[in-house]
Amino acid sequence: MKAIVALGAWVFNWLESVGRAGIFIMQSIFRMPTRWGESINLLVKQLYSVGVLSLVIVIVSGTFIGMVLSLQGYSILAKFGSEEAVGQLLALSLLRELSPVVTALLFAGRAGSSLTAEIGLMKTTEQLSSYEMMGVDPLRRVIAPRFIAGVICLPLLSLIFSAAGILGGQLVSVGWLGVHDGAFWSSMQQSVYFDTDVLNGLIKAMCFAVAVTWIAVYQGYECAPTSEGIGKATTRTVVLGSLAVLALDFVLTAAMFGDF
Amino acid sequence: MGNDSINTYLVQMEGVSVKNAYVSVSKLSFSRGERLIYDDVSLTIPKGKITAIMGPSGTGKTTLLRLIAAQLDPDSGTILVDGQNLHKLSRTDLYKERKKMGMLFQSGALFSDMSVAENVAFPLEEHTKLNAVSIQQIVNDKLHSVGLRGASKLMPAELSGGMARRVALARAIALDPQLVMYDEPFTGQDPISKGVLVKLIKQLNDSANITSVIVSHDVDESLSIADHVCILAGGKVVAEGAAEEIRHSLDPQVKQFLNGEPDGPVPFHYPDESVSVPGLKGESA
Amino acid sequence: MRSKRAELMVGCFIVLGIVALVYLAVQVSGLAFSSKKDTYQIVARFDDIAGLTSRAKVSIAGVTVGSVESITLDKELYMALVSMNINSDVDNIPIDSSMAVLTSGLLGEKYLGISIGAEDEMLKDGSEIYDTQSALVLETLISQFLFNSGDSE
Repeated sequence: MKAIVALGAWVFNWLESVGRAGIFIMQSIFRMPTRWGESINLLVKQLYSVGVLSLVIVIVSGTFIGMVLSLQGYSILAKFGSEEAVGQLLALSLLRELSPVVTALLFAGRAGSSLTAEIGLMKTTEQLSSYEMMGVDPLRRVIAPRFIAGVICLPLLSLIFSAAGILGGQLVSVGWLGVHDGAFWSSMQQSVYFDTDVLNGLIKAMCFAVAVTWIAVYQGYECAPTSEGIGKATTRTVVLGSLAVLALDFVLTAAMFGDF
Repeated sequence: MGNDSINTYLVQMEGVSVKNAYVSVSKLSFSRGERLIYDDVSLTIPKGKITAIMGPSGTGKTTLLRLIAAQLDPDSGTILVDGQNLHKLSRTDLYKERKKMGMLFQSGALFSDMSVAENVAFPLEEHTKLNAVSIQQIVNDKLHSVGLRGASKLMPAELSGGMARRVALARAIALDPQLVMYDEPFTGQDPISKGVLVKLIKQLNDSANITSVIVSHDVDESLSIADHVCILAGGKVVAEGAAEEIRHSLDPQVKQFLNGEPDGPVPFHYPDESVSVPGLKGESA
Repeated sequence: MRSKRAELMVGCFIVLGIVALVYLAVQVSGLAFSSKKDTYQIVARFDDIAGLTSRAKVSIAGVTVGSVESITLDKELYMALVSMNINSDVDNIPIDSSMAVLTSGLLGEKYLGISIGAEDEMLKDGSEIYDTQSALVLETLISQFLFNSGDSE
């Protein structure tokens, strides 16, 4: 009996926090800025710290994942004598699955955690209260540019990840393993479709972007204003963000490619 | 001085605002979770004067400032600021009213991604339509008044604690507010910075006819500039009145607080669950 | 100055993202932006297409000259009606050419191959190829082989 009560309480708490997070994000993005120029400046600043600074890790990991996929794929495909299908393997697995998911996981660790810590520290040092006291909405001023920047950056990073992965894979399979260049590209072009593969991957990345950034800014805003609280909130961002990405990925994959 | 205490008396008796009060709190109750922080508190902050709100740590003095600024809503009772109940206003109107208030936070709360000058300019840019030149002029004036005109290019991380608080003060008065609230302005300051802050607060109050509220547990500094004093303990107002009256008060709780005696009506020990102290619901020094 | 640099980097970042998208579209998925414009459509009916899909390539002598547009069932004849787009620069396919469903490699994709006929009249938009050859279905082949070998004994 006690367990059932505890379960019920847990469900209610969970629903409450989901509702609060929903209201929170609605309030931050649907309040029009009063000064457009200033808002765009803030957005550019966030695009820089969320997107540009994540570029190196995304390009490096994309290239290496492409290279490893080529090596692994080649060694198996060579047994069937169809080495040139490595291009197809590489492009499809990157575009459909790996680049949105891995980019989102990297993003949660790199940009998400720093968003949470930054907002949490602003809360702890009373900067958020300070905005409020000056009659400036901290949701609009602090949260909205960060959220929007995250939603813009992750799909772009995912595209860059795919391109880097394919180039890295080409380097290994064509340049090193000796797959024929033309066969590599034509097997890829025959099996990859722009709408089902490239666009679906992009849609996945957008969904992950909303989930991860939302979790990151909400955890920062709601964190306990102590150093321990910031630490916990940052951990929660990475853990919840990664789990959300993986769970969402299953749902989206089932919806997009499930009827094959 | 005598007038103030009569007004205070009226407020406490009737729970309505009197002509001379800028902020009047009546029958305020507020609790955070299980903890009752304020239990039926009434007090007045007279217009154009410096009011010191004192009490042991943990009595929720900062909470009181947040309640006055309507960052928190009371469980019951009303708070009138300049005759208006901020808690009943819409968000837009509340933000408009907040422009009339300045608050100096305990940590200074300077925006860490802006320079000193940008910090002071921020409320002006946000709420006025002044051009860059006039904003620059005002920023220089305000920084000059806190003696930090030369520091305008520095980032908050490069400032000492005392300087950061003075910059925050310049920012708080940038819009020429009618009410400035100071949250523990003297905590963690060396004697010289304390002296500077005391002088600044006094100066500002006299020159611009601002209503000032100082929340503090630094007895000497607060009493030296306050016109009106209110002592809180255990979620209740222990004493309220003119500074002189408080200093000569015979009330044992007031005496204990002013003289810093370790034990007295406010117990040294945190109340035990099993040994509940009447009137002090989990709230003590 | 610092903000100018950030703006520049953000601009580069967005351009890089768009370049990646175009690269993926053109080089990886082989998306051609003007594919619809210069093609003409022909149709063919097959007894069995066995795994041919839309967008499969159509080739002459191994060179891709077009792609399958749609595959539907002809309800009267119970045959597969395949319509395909042929590049309009390949306008000299004789009307009596034949068409077969082929497989690239042992496990590869199905595609359509055109064998050139001898007529002077050429295929144009809306023409039909009548001489068609169905896909080789492994099960049919095996059963034929068994049936024939049983016969010869």
